[in-house]
Amino acid sequence: MPIDWFPLWLSLRVAFVSTAIAFGLGLWLAYILANWEFRGKEVLDAAVTLPLVLPPTVLGYYLLVLLAGNSPLGKLWESVFGSPLVFTWKAAVVAALLHALPLLVKSARAALESVDRSLERAARNLGASEWRLFWRVTLPLARRSILAAVALAFARSLGDFGVTLMVAGNIPGRTQTVAVAIYDAVESGNTALARTLVLVLSAVALLILTLANRLNPRLR
Amino acid sequence: MISARLRKTFPARPDSAPFSLELEFQAAAGVTVLFGPSGSGKTLTLDLIAGFERPDDGRILLDDEILFDGAAAVCLAPQSRNCGYVFQDYALFPHMTLRQNLEFAAERRPRLERHRRVNEMLEKFRLGDAAGRRPHEVSGGQRQRCSIARALIGAPKLLLFDEPAQGLDAPLRAEFYEVLRQVRADFRTPMLLVTHDLDECFELGEEMLVLREGRLVQSGAPRAILDQPTNADVARLLGVFNLIPAEIRALDPGRNSSKVQMGEHELEGPYFPGHLKGDRVTVCVRPEQLTVLARNGRPGPNQIPALLQRAVEKPQWMRLEFAGGISVDLARPDYERVRDTKDWLIEFPRESLRVL
Repeated sequence: MPIDWFPLWLSLRVAFVSTAIAFGLGLWLAYILANWEFRGKEVLDAAVTLPLVLPPTVLGYYLLVLLAGNSPLGKLWESVFGSPLVFTWKAAVVAALLHALPLLVKSARAALESVDRSLERAARNLGASEWRLFWRVTLPLARRSILAAVALAFARSLGDFGVTLMVAGNIPGRTQTVAVAIYDAVESGNTALARTLVLVLSAVALLILTLANRLNPRLR
Repeated sequence: MISARLRKTFPARPDSAPFSLELEFQAAAGVTVLFGPSGSGKTLTLDLIAGFERPDDGRILLDDEILFDGAAAVCLAPQSRNCGYVFQDYALFPHMTLRQNLEFAAERRPRLERHRRVNEMLEKFRLGDAAGRRPHEVSGGQRQRCSIARALIGAPKLLLFDEPAQGLDAPLRAEFYEVLRQVRADFRTPMLLVTHDLDECFELGEEMLVLREGRLVQSGAPRAILDQPTNADVARLLGVFNLIPAEIRALDPGRNSSKVQMGEHELEGPYFPGHLKGDRVTVCVRPEQLTVLARNGRPGPNQIPALLQRAVEKPQWMRLEFAGGISVDLARPDYERVRDTKDWLIEFPRESLRVL
């Protein structure tokens, strides 16, 4: 029986988009956490980290309430994009983002904070704006750790199961990601398909994590 | 010309005692050294001027530009202060070549001029061969010259040096002094240099500010400060004096003489203006101003018997440490002549006697 590779491609696409969003949003949050002093800073950090420790059912529940067609956010989405968000592959991106973002923010904040403060002072002293300081000094020096975090976020996005199932559902050919497809295959007794997908997903994840380790400056 | 009035306090923290800085000084073109022990607020002073820290109150004026004014709530960002800063560890950007480090600092200049200026500085500081290499690939001397060139490239109106020779070996230190003298001659800007090395003050400083616990305790030419520290605290900070408690017994301005009781011995010195008979004072003499001789009968005037505790070998002289905390420095041949002495006399030459 030919194997349907759609779930794998969908998972890769979801992971790409979610990692891209996590990179932009996460870097911005990490910059704020690393550089600004404000009340509730550690609360914000904790709130960003929360999805890492909550069970997927809780997160899925929150997302359904927040994004369902009759919620304000859901209505906003529908008026902008013309179709509901939940039970589409875009909802799977949101689900993956929930875990990718904290991984990225945590690592990127630590990476930005580990850049030698006297280098940042030197850049300011030499007339560099905060913008140029960030792009020319801080980010290049934190580059490897942040890329490692990006790889980790990508690998995590690839394999999300619980939240994805709750908000994107299990619609073959539309929202069925590889993790969900494996669950489906096992349930329906299609062990050959399950085995193949398990092995392929493991190999891809292993490859990405090896890459992340090679990027991590502390392990070189 | 920089003139600064600074006040900054840090409350006590679990890991540090409270600290307060209250300082007022001016510095003209040339090198002004900020001298003091660690924790006296020297580096903080530079950071306040450069804008890395914000004073609680005060005023910083560079030429006719206000960098900070507490009353008028003016506080320029570090980016707009135009102060060159040479960091203790140089703070060269490790991911850029030496040339890129200079280009980064020159980026606000027009492109053509930038290129010319960078080349000019590379040549002036003999960095041409190393320009394409990164900081960790070049020698310590090249790193140091690059950090100075980088600070100078924007034509700052003030140069700040934070312990630039700290931890350098002797040849590099000598090279740094040479470079700095050249910079002093070429760029007529005020230069503030933080150090806790007295040799460096004399090597480089035209003016010297002595700091202690966040306060300015004395200022003036290094030689003048060494000749006449204002009080025993300053003398102790300079770390090169014998300081012995004593009492003034007699003062005679007419014959320019005085008598000072030091323990059970009476010494004769010059007249001490500003002191009264009966004052408790500290006798302050440098070890090399004293001489020693073998005791031979009764001590002469200004000679006191003393018990030798240790003879310490120094690179260029011998230091004899006597009971009561008195040290005497002798040239090596002079020491050879007296080394077998059992009973020692220390002579306090009349004119070298100072009291604080």
